[in-house]
Amino acid sequence: MPQIQVTPLGAGQDVGRSCILVSIGGKNVMLDCGMHMGYNDDRRFPDFSYITQNSRLTEFLDCVIISHFHLDHCGALPYMSEMVGFDGPIYMTHPTKAICPILLEDYRKITVDKKGETNFFTSQMIKDCMKKVVAVNLHQTVQVDDELEIKAYYAGHVLGAAMFQIKVGLESVVYTGDYNMTPDRHLGAAWIDKCRPDILISESTYATTIRDSKRCRERDFLKKVHETVERGGKVLIPVFALGRAQELCILLETFWDRMNLKAPIYFSTGLTEKANHYYKLFITWTNQKIRKTFVQRNMFEFKHIKAFDRSYADNPGPMVVFATPGMLHAGQSLHIFKKWAGNEKNMVIMPGYCVQGTVGHKILSGQKKLEMEGRQTLEVKMQVEYMSFSAHADAKGIMQLIRMAEPRSVLLVHGEAKKMEFLKQKIEQEFNINCFMPANGETATTVTNPNVPVDIALSLLKREAALGPLPDPKKPRTMHGTLIMKDNSLRLVAPEQALKELGLSEHQLRFTCRVQIQNPQSEQDTLNTIYSHLKSVLKEHSIQHLPDGTVMVESILIKVSAAAEEPSTKTLLVSWSYQDEELGGYLCTLLRKGLPQSTG
Amino acid sequence: MAAHLKKRVYEEFTKVVQQQQHEEAPAKKLRLTKPSKSAALHIDLCKATTPTDALQYLLQFARKPVEPESVEGVVRILLEHYYKETDSSVRLKIASLLGLLSKTQGFLPDCIVDDAINTLNNEKSHQVIAQLLDTLLAIGTQLPENQTIRLRLVEVACRHLTDTSFGVRNKCLQLLGCLGSVDKPVSKELESMVLKDVQKIIGDYFNDQDPRVRTAAIKAMLQLHERGMKLQQTIYSQACKLLSDDYEQVRSAAVQMVWVLSQLYPESIVPIPSSNEEIRLVDDAFGKISHMVSDGSWVVRVQAAKLLGSMHQVSAHFLEQTLDKKLMSDLRRKRTAHERAKELYSSGEFSSGRKWADDAPKEKVDTYAVNLIDSGACGAFVHGLEDEMFEVRIAAVEALCTLAQSSSSFAEKCLDFLVDMFNDEIEEVRLQSIHVLRQISNNITLREDQLDTVLAVLEDSSRDIREALHELLCYTNVSTKECIQLALVELLKNLTKYPTDRNSVWKCLKFLGARHPTLVLPLVPELLSTHPYFDTPEPDMDDPAYIAVLVLVFNAAKSCPTMSALFSDHTFRHYAYLRDSLSHLVPPLRLPGRKLVSVSDSSGMASSEESSQQFLRQSLERVYTIQHLEAQGAQELLEFTIRDLQRLGELQPELAGAAEFSATYLRCQLLLMKGLQEKLWNVAAPLYLKQNAMASAAARQILEETYKLEFLYSGLETRQVAIVHHVRLQAKALQLVLNARTSRGVEPLLSICEKFLQEVDAFQRCFVAELTHFQDSFVEKLLELMPRLLACKPLDLVKILQTTLRQSGFLHLRLPEQLHRATATIIEPTGESDNPLRFTSGLVVALDVDATLEHVQDPHNSVKVQVVYPDGQAHIIHPRPGDFRNPGPGRHRLITQVYLSHSAWTEPCQIEVRLLLAYSSSKSRTSILKPAWNESTDGLPATENSIEGTIPFSKSVKVFIMPKPTRR
Repeated sequence: MPQIQVTPLGAGQDVGRSCILVSIGGKNVMLDCGMHMGYNDDRRFPDFSYITQNSRLTEFLDCVIISHFHLDHCGALPYMSEMVGFDGPIYMTHPTKAICPILLEDYRKITVDKKGETNFFTSQMIKDCMKKVVAVNLHQTVQVDDELEIKAYYAGHVLGAAMFQIKVGLESVVYTGDYNMTPDRHLGAAWIDKCRPDILISESTYATTIRDSKRCRERDFLKKVHETVERGGKVLIPVFALGRAQELCILLETFWDRMNLKAPIYFSTGLTEKANHYYKLFITWTNQKIRKTFVQRNMFEFKHIKAFDRSYADNPGPMVVFATPGMLHAGQSLHIFKKWAGNEKNMVIMPGYCVQGTVGHKILSGQKKLEMEGRQTLEVKMQVEYMSFSAHADAKGIMQLIRMAEPRSVLLVHGEAKKMEFLKQKIEQEFNINCFMPANGETATTVTNPNVPVDIALSLLKREAALGPLPDPKKPRTMHGTLIMKDNSLRLVAPEQALKELGLSEHQLRFTCRVQIQNPQSEQDTLNTIYSHLKSVLKEHSIQHLPDGTVMVESILIKVSAAAEEPSTKTLLVSWSYQDEELGGYLCTLLRKGLPQSTG
Repeated sequence: MAAHLKKRVYEEFTKVVQQQQHEEAPAKKLRLTKPSKSAALHIDLCKATTPTDALQYLLQFARKPVEPESVEGVVRILLEHYYKETDSSVRLKIASLLGLLSKTQGFLPDCIVDDAINTLNNEKSHQVIAQLLDTLLAIGTQLPENQTIRLRLVEVACRHLTDTSFGVRNKCLQLLGCLGSVDKPVSKELESMVLKDVQKIIGDYFNDQDPRVRTAAIKAMLQLHERGMKLQQTIYSQACKLLSDDYEQVRSAAVQMVWVLSQLYPESIVPIPSSNEEIRLVDDAFGKISHMVSDGSWVVRVQAAKLLGSMHQVSAHFLEQTLDKKLMSDLRRKRTAHERAKELYSSGEFSSGRKWADDAPKEKVDTYAVNLIDSGACGAFVHGLEDEMFEVRIAAVEALCTLAQSSSSFAEKCLDFLVDMFNDEIEEVRLQSIHVLRQISNNITLREDQLDTVLAVLEDSSRDIREALHELLCYTNVSTKECIQLALVELLKNLTKYPTDRNSVWKCLKFLGARHPTLVLPLVPELLSTHPYFDTPEPDMDDPAYIAVLVLVFNAAKSCPTMSALFSDHTFRHYAYLRDSLSHLVPPLRLPGRKLVSVSDSSGMASSEESSQQFLRQSLERVYTIQHLEAQGAQELLEFTIRDLQRLGELQPELAGAAEFSATYLRCQLLLMKGLQEKLWNVAAPLYLKQNAMASAAARQILEETYKLEFLYSGLETRQVAIVHHVRLQAKALQLVLNARTSRGVEPLLSICEKFLQEVDAFQRCFVAELTHFQDSFVEKLLELMPRLLACKPLDLVKILQTTLRQSGFLHLRLPEQLHRATATIIEPTGESDNPLRFTSGLVVALDVDATLEHVQDPHNSVKVQVVYPDGQAHIIHPRPGDFRNPGPGRHRLITQVYLSHSAWTEPCQIEVRLLLAYSSSKSRTSILKPAWNESTDGLPATENSIEGTIPFSKSVKVFIMPKPTRR
């Protein structure tokens, strides 16, 4: 039986380092190639030696697909393609292709230049790697080779995030990457058609959460910012350069517009300017509102948001500043934080999760005195707010996607084992389908039962269709034809044509049967009696009395001959071809029962 | 040239037909008598050598209308060509033309049914068959009475249902849906025909392999439902299955189907699959449609969200689930932000700001009890309101509105969600949710935190949003005095930020005060900043913010008599001033030591209205006695009555429309009477001049007044329109007579007479139904004499007219139930400003115009702005359709910009701005029937004698402007 094997090298019952191997119909595909944020050693990259013992990957993998530009989905790409060695095609969407190298370069700089690591990929490697990338459009079917095809669907989450359908013949797998089922201020919701894949590989970050309406969060956020600004305070929003930052920018920008506010909003420069540029370019990937209004004004051309300069931090009066990085552990955001922390009028809003040990985490857990380098202490008087803006589907969203795609089985990755367990059980219960949650290195195997398509000759199909009422699509129907398997293709043709093609002559199989009945009448009369008898019994069939002394029922021949010695014993010769076996057999038994006693 | 061409066509035509007469049935002779369109078409078709040519001719032919009498001939020609034609595209076009032709007004297509069915039997091309079925459908719908033909058509459709092409099956189903018999046949002979169970036949195609056919089947079923057939409940399960169809149009139709069934059988019981419980069908359907709110296709989502709004029978338990998403986090039950806000509020600690992990989940959820998806209606509206497409969000908001109006507990619950929608990214959605909240505000009381969110929107830069919000606040109930204070503070902030909102803010505070007198009372000292010992400085009376506070306080004081004790002296003075200057905002108060000027409580109001209505009736009655009076007395009576009515209109705003209408009508009569005074007509010829001038002025004025009567009032019925037209006719007759007496020679008179007779004829045509009420009137007499009039000479005609005019009686005017005069008030510009608007001459300056219009029908086309410059130059500006808002029934708001320009002046001068109501007599209420078939009306003499004109209907406002000479 054909089967599909899925092996997570990362992200199996885990968040981070997404990397999933799929073997489908004899093809091997790698889905995502991410790094793990939590590690600084070998564990940060997927274990490619699982696939091949230290040789190049090219002969093992047919293609690599990257779902979006987050580093835990594409961070290991240069390492894999240049250092381990892969020359095959790498597929990603246009925005991902544009933004991915910026992030990789940034990541490389931090690791090599700041932390001083060696044996890491170089800028050149990133460039070389990006040369192998093939960009795809949404809903574009890309033929990787003759059999393997992939297709991208919109996934929300971040700009350019996509879900991918991988299809070989009639077997298919859908990989969601990260997705979001509720739209936000700049991106739409994930969407997929009813493609009925054999396996749906879904992320499950929020497997056990059903989230509140995003409107409350937005409103809260805006209210807090607004109040602080009105008080004359300054608002610091530490963000990562891409993704949420743009959503919050749009949110504030439109609010400022609506409310006619004048306080300046700044965005710390660096990555962001480049990134915003791409957001402006890829307007088709954003949500309805931005797409519809960009003709009048591109929403990412911010009217109120200007580039930040270090000197602005000391300006008097209210202002809002977005600064990187998001966890307040270094850089500009920390710098500004130090300046503003002393004033109770100011406010810092943390829009995302903070790792333990960072300043962000400390202030969120309520610490009021922070120890800084050089044994200084910093008193935090400013207000600290937490506001979660996350773009992953919640449990309900995951279920909704499953309902949309109608897969035959589901495989969960990118989530914690315990939470997956719950969702797995729910999926099995609600949809009555298999659900897998393999750990890293574990292989999940699904047996598929693909249909075998057969070409049918049009004439044959029409002939068969003409025989009865329209075929009911829900019910199978038998038909008469010859199946020819030749040159790796299957064809169903009419028997005559098959014979002609194969150069065979047609053989007829005929059955004959003699039935003896007692009938005192003459041969001619007997025949008449049989004729009228059959006529009365077989109403639907055409029965003919031929002049040469035979009765034809459809194509079945009945002849009467009387033995010379016993004139009252008549021998009936019944002859039929193989195709009429059913009717012929019936006729024989009917005649064996004898004729009705005709009185006249 | 044209005549020559025509002749040639006729020649050719006759030739061709003669040839055909040899071969064809003699019935074709009929065509000879009507050589019209059919002729040309026939020639063209005969000339056509290739299918492309033929197609071109047919397309050309289709652009012109065909008169009903010649339709049949044309159809015959078309059919003839149809049989001969080998190219299927031409046949297709012919078939579609047949359908179009059979829709011609006044043509009964029963004679072509047989032919159409015949052609259908011999046709091979699927597309042509489908088109022919479409034609049959058109024929069938034209003959709703003919059961036999319908049955035949249905049978034809059933026969073609097995066709392999989806297009044919589609059309068959459509035909079945439109024509399938809804009830049992009555007559005997029909029963003998095989009566098909249309519902069953259509139902079989719910499972067709082609999605388009499935859709068509559902639509046909819905069509049957619309035509009054009771659908069977058994379809319900089929329809539910179709909800999970692969194709969106099928799902969309299925949602409708489920909805229809849920309305038909709300109370029947259906089992829940996979359990042995049973629920009401309407609840089940509600759950299923709720599911569709998270469908993959937004078209379906919009449909589902819309339909949810109209399911009022659903149980409250199910309804409330649509707002509950059953939040959880890490398998723990979590409260929504709304719940938390409520709790914070009730514990007295408001807006503490959220802490890290403030939303920490509470109790642990039972893993088995959590149903992630099959919980039916759960959170349908939460999803709908968060949808990506604003169409879905608007539909969800509207659905919430209708549901909340029927259930107050649901209204309470959906409040938070609606308030959240105030923050939507699309203005339309925000506006819509504010309107919705206003509509349901009778059912709810806002909490402080909710009010806070609502008020935050007051700073919105969009004027529409702010005004909608003011409107909302007018109808809102709040719970505490803090709320009132909060609202006041925010409104004052709004006032300083957007001074143009002044009127709207004041009005809002008026209602707020009148609604919550007891809540305002404790705030009064603070609001008026009075102090127990010290005198506080007197606030500035011209400060809009201070006026706003006073409006709030005075309106609250109206139903709270103790409040006035808290006022200081200047407050009383300010009251007196405001009561005079802003009487619509400041109510009469019972103040100590002051006499109340107009004592009028509500019961007195009602009775006074009744009495004035009676007065109106009586005065009109009195006028009818006029016939028996002398000329002098009659005139006096009319004058008095007009005066009375005008005064009544001023006193009773409710009756203003009716009173003014009758007054104007009576004035017309008075003028007519004066114009016809016997004395004048008996004077000798040389003295004509003077009386002529007077009478013709009267006639002109009557004409003007009749246009006002016809177009300025809404709520007129045909009867009143007829009376108005009648007066106009009289005035025209008067003009004609006057003309005849002054002008010399017969020639000019001839044409005027002819025109007048045409008008009489038109009057008769338009108001045939009303003629019975015109006994003893001018028109009746005229119509009696019509044959004579047509024959006689102009001078005789004038004589007849003169006598009829003077003998004709006075027509009773019966007032319709609701009669309103269109009015307009210009709010902006106010005309108070002394600072001229300066601009460089030759360039333009934009003047903001803001006006309210009441009882104006179709303001988009009729309302214009007129600007009159001091040099007498007048411009008329047409506002754009987008400049009109519709805040309530019968009310419109015009917010537009008027561009002014002029050459340089030496000093600033005033221009006048006023609104005009444009009218055109051809567009009178008796609208002309439009030709049914085509778009071009070039052949019709449509607007021959329509009179375009304008009526000023607002006071003009003066604006100082100053175009400066250009500096070089």
